[in-house]
Amino acid sequence: YIVTIRVKPDHSGVVTDGVKHSMNPFCEIAVEEAVKLKEKKFIKEVVAVSCGPTQVTETIRTALAMGCDRGIHVEVSGKDYEAMGPLQIAKIFAALAKKEEASLVILGKQAIDDDCNQTGQMTAALLDWPQGTFASEVTIDGEKVKVVREIDGGLETIKISMPAVLTADLRLNTPRYATLPNIMKAKKKKIANMKPADLGVDMVSRVEVLRVDEPPTRLAGVKVETVDDLVAKLKANGTI
Amino acid sequence: GPHFISFLASPSALTGSALFFHYTWRRNCSSAVMPRITSHYTIFPRDKDPRWEGVEMERFADEADVVIVGGGPAGLSAAIRLKQLAKEQEKELRVCLVEKASQIGAHTLSGACLEPSALNELFPDWKERGAPLNTPVTEDLFSILTEKYRIPVPMLPGLPMNNHGNYIVRLGHFVHWLGEQAEELGVEIYPGYAAAEVLFHEDGSVKGIATNDVGIAKDGSPKDVFERGMELHAKVTLFGEGCHGHLAKQLYRQFNLRENCEPQTYAIGLKELWVIDEKKWRPGRVEHSVGWPLNRNTYGGSFLYHLNEGEPLVALGFVVGLDYTNPYLSPFREFQRWKHHPFVAKTLEGGDRIAYGARALNEGGYQCLPKVTFPGGMLIGCSPGFMNVPKIKGTHTAMKSGMLAAEAIFPKVTAEDPASETAGLHIPEYEDNLKKSWIWKELYAVRNIRPSFHNYFGLYGGMVYTGVFYWILRGKEPWTLKHAGLDSAQLKPAKECTPIEYPKPDGKLSFDLLSSVALSGTNHEGDQPPHLTLKDDSIPVANNLAIYDGPEQRFCPAGVYEYVPLETGEGMRLQINAQNCVHCKTCDIKDPSQNINWVVPEGSGGPAYNGL
Repeated sequence: YIVTIRVKPDHSGVVTDGVKHSMNPFCEIAVEEAVKLKEKKFIKEVVAVSCGPTQVTETIRTALAMGCDRGIHVEVSGKDYEAMGPLQIAKIFAALAKKEEASLVILGKQAIDDDCNQTGQMTAALLDWPQGTFASEVTIDGEKVKVVREIDGGLETIKISMPAVLTADLRLNTPRYATLPNIMKAKKKKIANMKPADLGVDMVSRVEVLRVDEPPTRLAGVKVETVDDLVAKLKANGTI
Repeated sequence: GPHFISFLASPSALTGSALFFHYTWRRNCSSAVMPRITSHYTIFPRDKDPRWEGVEMERFADEADVVIVGGGPAGLSAAIRLKQLAKEQEKELRVCLVEKASQIGAHTLSGACLEPSALNELFPDWKERGAPLNTPVTEDLFSILTEKYRIPVPMLPGLPMNNHGNYIVRLGHFVHWLGEQAEELGVEIYPGYAAAEVLFHEDGSVKGIATNDVGIAKDGSPKDVFERGMELHAKVTLFGEGCHGHLAKQLYRQFNLRENCEPQTYAIGLKELWVIDEKKWRPGRVEHSVGWPLNRNTYGGSFLYHLNEGEPLVALGFVVGLDYTNPYLSPFREFQRWKHHPFVAKTLEGGDRIAYGARALNEGGYQCLPKVTFPGGMLIGCSPGFMNVPKIKGTHTAMKSGMLAAEAIFPKVTAEDPASETAGLHIPEYEDNLKKSWIWKELYAVRNIRPSFHNYFGLYGGMVYTGVFYWILRGKEPWTLKHAGLDSAQLKPAKECTPIEYPKPDGKLSFDLLSSVALSGTNHEGDQPPHLTLKDDSIPVANNLAIYDGPEQRFCPAGVYEYVPLETGEGMRLQINAQNCVHCKTCDIKDPSQNINWVVPEGSGGPAYNGL
C-alpha cells in the first residue's frame, strides 16, 4: 500500500490511472473472518462483493482465492465511480443483502484511501439491522453473535441477533495468503455482473468535491538553546 | 593476543545447533558480538533446520505447454507470439507467465526510446490496438558537458544514437498494454508470484519452476500462515528475468552457458519523472549527454526525454558503467549533481519530481552473449542481453528474441512426437534463428564501440573510435575488442582513491536518497528473511569495508546497505534494509567480494513504478 499519490493537475482528485489497486487491508481481514466462519461450519456460503470498474474483478478473484464461494461485481465506472461514496455503496450492499437473504454482512471497518468509517454503519441503518463494528473477536452462538469491539476506552463485548452487520478491525485475524493454486481454482468460480440500477439504487451523490490539494509542506523546525528562548519565540508568533 | 574467527557461515559448516543467531568473532582489537544478517533458506537449507521439522513441504503442481518467467517485453512478446501461432494454426497451447511484480509493468524501468521494428512485426495494427506510443521523436540533441558549459555534437544520420522514426515511451505503460494483449489472446498471466526455484527432471533437463513460498519469518522460521509455492511444469521454460536474472545466474553455472563468451558487463541506470513548467516543455525532444560530472575514464551519460501525453512530463536519468574503479563513486549522487548543470537545470527549474527508480542494464553486447538454449529451457531478452549499447536500446531486440523463441518452440511443443533426447525439450533452433536475425547483425555492427572506451583517452578515445569505425565502416572492421573483465573486479582499494566531494541536495533539483526511495513506491513484507543474501556474513566488514570502504553504501540506489556502529564495543556492522530494495540487481553485480546473492523476495514486493 506504499504508493506515492499525486494530486491531478486539475485538482479534482488524485491520480489513479496505472496505480496498482489492491484489496483494502481491513476488507482482507473481513474476508478471512468470513472464510473462517465457513470453515467452522457456522455459515454455508460466502459471497464477495465489490463495486467499481472492470479492474475490481481482480480483487474479487483474490477473495475467491482466499475461500469465498462466488463473487458479485456491481459495475460502476466513469463519473459515477469518481463520485461514489459510502452512502451509495451502503445502498448497494443493503439491496444485495436483502436480495441474497444474507445472515451476515461483514466489511472492513474503513477504507484506507478515504478513512471514512461509514459504509458498515450506513448499511446497518438502511437495513435496520444490528451492527457489531470494530470487531476484534466474533463468536456465533445460535441465532446471536457475540462481538468484542475495540473502542477508545478498551474492549466492549456485545451480543446482537442475526441478521447483522459486522465491521472488521485490525486484530480480528491474520489473513491468509492467496496462493497461486487457489488463484487458478478461483478462475472457475462465478462472478455475477450487475449495475446499481438493477438493484434499484441511484448513484447520485449529495457531496460535491470542490478541490483536492496536497497538504502544505512542513516547514523546518527551529532549535532553541534555552527555555527562555522557547518562551520568547512562542510569544513572538502569537502562540502564547 | 590471538585473533580467530570462530564461526563460518558456509552451509557445509553448519549443523542444526549452529544455526542459532549470535556468533562471536574477534578481529584485531574489537571484541563485539556480531548479529546475524542472513537467514534465507538458500544459504541455510531447511532440511537441516530443526525449526522446519514436520512442516509440510509438498507442493501443488500443474502442467502447461510453455512457462515463461518474467512479464517484460521479451516474456510477453514470446507469450503473444505463441498464442498468435496457436490461433493461426488452430492448435491448443497452454502458456503460463509468472511475474514477481504486483502488476505487469510495476517493475519495468527504462528511458525509453522505442524502435518500433519488433512491434511492427508483432502487431502491425498496434496503433488501432491503442499501444501507448504517443510521442514520436522530433528533435535529437547530443552534448558533451563540462562543469559549466555544453559542447553540442551533431546527430548525423547513421550514428547509432540517431532516433529518427522512434518513439519516446513510458515503458511500464507499454509493457502493461502488452500484458493486456497477451491476456486477450489467452495467455495465463500471474502477477504477484515470483519464480523462486528452477525444477529439473531426473535427466538434468529443466522441468519448470516453483513460485516463492510465503509466510517465512525474518529469522527463517515458519509462520502460521506459511504456504509452499506452486510448481509449474512445462515442456519448455523461457527465462525472461531481465538484466542479471537470479535464476539465469544459476542456469549459467548449471549448463555451462558462458564458457565461450566474456563475462557480462553492466551499467546502473537511475531515472526520475518530472512535471515541468509548460514554457520549457518540448514534446518529442530527445537529449543525451556524456562528460560532466563523470571523468573521462568512467563510462556513463544522461538522457532527458520530453513526453507528449497531455501534461508537460519529462523522463530523465543517468547511467554509470559498473566497471568504474573508484569505490567512493556514488551513481545516485552523480545523477543528482548532474541535474544542477545549467543546461539541465533550466529545463527542471520550477518543476516537480513525481517518480524515481533504478535498474541495472547490460553493456556487454555481442561479446557477452551466452549460449541461450539448454535442455528444457531458453533465455530471452535482457537476461542473456541483447541491448544495443551505443543506441541505448534493448526493448526492440528483447521483443524480437521472445518472438524468435516462440517461433522455434511452437512446432516442437505442438508436434505429436517431439523426438527429444531429454524430458525437457532442447530447442537449439532458437539460437540458430537468432544468429540469422537482424538482432545479430545489429549487435555485431556495434560490438566494438563500448570496449573502445578502455583506452587512455577514455570517453574521447571511444567517441573517436565510434566516429571512424562505426560511422564510416559500420562495424565491418575484422577485429573484436574485449571488455575489461568482471565489473566486480574493477574496484581499486579505497586507500588508492580519492573520496568524491558531492554537493548537498538542495531539495529543489537534487534530493536525498531516502525521499527518492519513497517515490519508487517500493515495499516488501517486513517479516521475511532478507532477500539480499550473503554467502558469508563476516565478509562485508572484513573485506568490503576494510579494503573498499563499503562501496555498497554508495552503489545501491535504494539505501539497502548501511554500515552502522555496533551497539556495544568498537567496530561496525552491515545493516541490510531489505524493504528498500528496488530490485535493480546492482549489488549482486558490483560487490567486490561477490558475496551478495540477490534472490527473489515474496511475490508482489518491490517497487510500484507507474509508467517508468
